[in-house]
Amino acid sequence: MAATTPVRQVRTERQRSVFVLPLVITAFLAVMLAWMGLGQFLNAITLGAVYALIALGYTMVYGIIELINFAHGDVFMVSTFVTMFVSSTILGQKDAIYGLPQLILSLIIVFVLTVGIMAVVGAVIERVAYRPLRRAPKLAPLITAIGVSFILQNIIQFFVGPYTYNVPQIFPRDWVIMIGETRLLLLNVFVVGVAITLIVALQLFTSRTRIGKAMRTTAMDRDASSLMGVNIDRTIMITFLIGSGLAGAAGMVHGLYYGNTNFQIGFQSGLKAFTAAVMGGIGNTAGAALGGFIIAFVEVGAVVLGFSRWGGAVVFALLVVFLVFRPTGLLGSHTGDRA
Amino acid sequence: MKRPSLPKLPLRMRTYFAAHQSQGVLAAIVTIGIALPLLSRVPPFGDLQSLNAWTNAFTIAAIYAVMAIGLNVVIGMAGLLDLGYAAFFALGGYTYAILASSFLGIHLPFWPVLIFGIIIGAIFGVLLGAPTLRLRGDYLAIVTLGFGEIVPLTLLNAEAFTNGTRGIGGIDKPQLKPLVEFTLTNPWPFYLLVLGMLTLVVILVLRLEDSKIGRAWEAIREDELAAESSGINTVISKLQAFAVGAAIASFIGVFNAAKLTVVSPGQFGFVVSVSTLSAVVLGGMGNVVGVGAGAFVIYLIQNIFLKQLNILVSQLSIPVLMDIDFLKFQYVLYGIALVVMMLRRPQGIFPARRRMRTFKDAEVPK
Repeated sequence: MAATTPVRQVRTERQRSVFVLPLVITAFLAVMLAWMGLGQFLNAITLGAVYALIALGYTMVYGIIELINFAHGDVFMVSTFVTMFVSSTILGQKDAIYGLPQLILSLIIVFVLTVGIMAVVGAVIERVAYRPLRRAPKLAPLITAIGVSFILQNIIQFFVGPYTYNVPQIFPRDWVIMIGETRLLLLNVFVVGVAITLIVALQLFTSRTRIGKAMRTTAMDRDASSLMGVNIDRTIMITFLIGSGLAGAAGMVHGLYYGNTNFQIGFQSGLKAFTAAVMGGIGNTAGAALGGFIIAFVEVGAVVLGFSRWGGAVVFALLVVFLVFRPTGLLGSHTGDRA
Repeated sequence: MKRPSLPKLPLRMRTYFAAHQSQGVLAAIVTIGIALPLLSRVPPFGDLQSLNAWTNAFTIAAIYAVMAIGLNVVIGMAGLLDLGYAAFFALGGYTYAILASSFLGIHLPFWPVLIFGIIIGAIFGVLLGAPTLRLRGDYLAIVTLGFGEIVPLTLLNAEAFTNGTRGIGGIDKPQLKPLVEFTLTNPWPFYLLVLGMLTLVVILVLRLEDSKIGRAWEAIREDELAAESSGINTVISKLQAFAVGAAIASFIGVFNAAKLTVVSPGQFGFVVSVSTLSAVVLGGMGNVVGVGAGAFVIYLIQNIFLKQLNILVSQLSIPVLMDIDFLKFQYVLYGIALVVMMLRRPQGIFPARRRMRTFKDAEVPK
């Protein structure tokens, strides 16, 4: 139980991970780089950034209300369409923007609108579908979450149809840095940069602010933190706002990088991101980010080995293996006795 | 005290069927089975499509009903959320397709494969269940979901055995030569066969529910800790639930393959699991008859009502509505059904007789 874990033990665990983790990660990255080559390595890192951003939403929500927010993958899917809509309809852009000031301004507008809209969508979903069931048995909100997932998919399908759409590539794809023979797109740097900035910002937010502290105490013991004056409903609402906003950011970078979307991408991406969250230790935001990158490396690794069609199956098999043998994940779950 | 409460029947019949539950089920299914096609002779329904088309529709609806009853064993009775149920349906279908088609040149008869399908389903149910059933409810749901994804992916990629995306076609029809001949044009033998299978499954599940195993499931569903301290081996009990549910899906999967004469990975996606789940939630988790009815309702809405709505709207040429394909709404209907039922009536349209205590506690907090 998280609530009864001695503080000192948590400290030592953290201290150990501070030293060991960067080493392990650096070694892992070096091996991967040597094995799959720079091109695929960049692919994996960028895909990992998207998965990490989605996984954060899963892990935050699970950490605080122990709900697998099944609709989260579809929130991500909706956000790719919002990005498309904002850049093509509101900004009227179809192609890359080469002027730096205009590009930055456009990116900020797209980011703010996508993240803002998705945050509101997430909060509305929480209010309508999950809050009334907060004291119901676990299966009830899980079933509504599946329902919400289907509803989101079909709202999108209703408005845009079952086609694959091109998202305007407002970030120029011909801005490259040559590293030897390989072209490093500035877009890669941008995507990974956005993801890492947001992950760090989230860490700071949860560890340094009052609201972040409220979120952590609510995750540990809802009743006790309620007695300490934490507004539980508001805290959970904020969790959903942030989680869905991060999914919005994931949708934006996904749209910019992959350049297309359809109404079905949410299910698979969501399941993979959830795997990432489980892998990192559900409830643990740093773990979710780490898991996102690992999943991406597994998937791209499968492509490198020539098993591209089995990539999905391998990821789900990993999910099953982790849930069965190490349900607390790689970094340990912050939410105590799960599974 | 016993199940089929048929309130309109005279007292003597009621007491008889109360004591002879299985005969009651048989009588009810025979009555409804005959009444449904006859109903399609009545003007509003008969005009929609031919009698054979109706019989076909009811056959497929009955397949869904059997699926829902099987899933109900896992979700409604034992309280384990299984989101990969279509995988077992696929297993049965592919078992028959591989063993009885010209794809590999093996032509085993239908009836032994039907039995074999049950065994395969049960084995895979246990194989999936054994390592995962110690997980908590929501993790179990995700593991089964992962399994439900892996199976179609495997079917898609293991081309040597499954023919990949194209699937296996030209599957043999059941043979029962001296009595009837199963042909593509005559839906009646299939209809009668599926009714027989439905009857069998309903009787089996009702009997299980009142048995020691069924009571153990119920105890686990209501309070696992208490059940365990009362001497129930929860792991074995859950495995039994998984195996029975999987065996039923696989059983009807064999029939489904024989009926459609083609199987492909696309038929067994997540949507199938969710539509079955919707039927269970709509009908009332734990209530065998209600769940079967829920499946009928869902199937008929998506395949008859929405189709007719399309035709009606295009005939009336209502400007805006004409462009809408109402069939596309079936999935959103599943979603709405799940959300609304969970929020407003978690016990389902037809609540189980032994009401789940879990849902009584689920009062909406102010």
